[in-house]
Amino acid sequence: MMKYSVTSLLAGLIFGLGLMVSGMANPEKVLGFLDIAGLWDPSLAFVMGGAIIVGLVAFAVARRRTLSFLGFTMKMPANNRIEPRLVIGSMMFGIGWGIAGFCPGPALVALGAGEIKAVVFVASMVAGMMAFEVIERIKRPSLGDTRGYQKN
Amino acid sequence: MIDIAWSQFTPGAALTGGLLIGLAAASFLLLNGRIAGISGILGSLLVPARRDILWRVAFLAGLVGTPSLWLLFSELPPIQVDAGYPALIVAGLLVGIGTRYGSGCTSGHGVCGLSRLSPRSLVATLSFMATGFLTVFVIRHLMGV
Repeated sequence: MMKYSVTSLLAGLIFGLGLMVSGMANPEKVLGFLDIAGLWDPSLAFVMGGAIIVGLVAFAVARRRTLSFLGFTMKMPANNRIEPRLVIGSMMFGIGWGIAGFCPGPALVALGAGEIKAVVFVASMVAGMMAFEVIERIKRPSLGDTRGYQKN
Repeated sequence: MIDIAWSQFTPGAALTGGLLIGLAAASFLLLNGRIAGISGILGSLLVPARRDILWRVAFLAGLVGTPSLWLLFSELPPIQVDAGYPALIVAGLLVGIGTRYGSGCTSGHGVCGLSRLSPRSLVATLSFMATGFLTVFVIRHLMGV
């Protein structure tokens, strides 16, 4: 499990580096992309494009494997259904994203940069995630800790 | 119709950063066998009695630690947050609940899901993009903030 955590740390670092290099850790730049009716900054589309080019290759390789290159089980999302909660949740996320210009990754990087507003945002985001867990538990008490696992 | 902000547009840095994000997601997938979905990695830590705590904390520590590592080599890039505190709190709550309810964010659905050609993630990405565009339009052009 040590190896697993080291590669996780490295993946987190490279991810954070990508967010900083691309300018996406800066909410002003993200909002410049979302403001299509103002002066539009298309940079975010190039970030997604660059990431997806690499991702397409990686997932094409991953699809043919049952074990990772380190010998761990490939855990792919099992749920293929397009349910109302997928759309409603994503729409809520988009509203929050549009208000602040932060999504989870960039907010954590900005927090690490010592940005006090990112601290407030992340604290609220964590509170929101905890509220979700509480609501789910009230709705479906039997699900215990298997819920929320291996989903995308 | 669309006015491009040429002075802010940074295609080279955006593409380079994007390739790095792709590399991070690819290594996480091919080495650890998992989707690098940040809201899921964080959100699943908030459930009591869960296993898999160490690697989740390690991944998040990597993200949070990036600026410190960056500072060893260079100045931090600008981070400009125009939203006020009440707006940040509302936005944070919406992002927290919304990403968990919708099972993913820009990384899990946007980067990994689209790379996986998942119809579910395409729907999620179109949904949060749509409300993201709409929200900024309402705030900047209808409310004039």
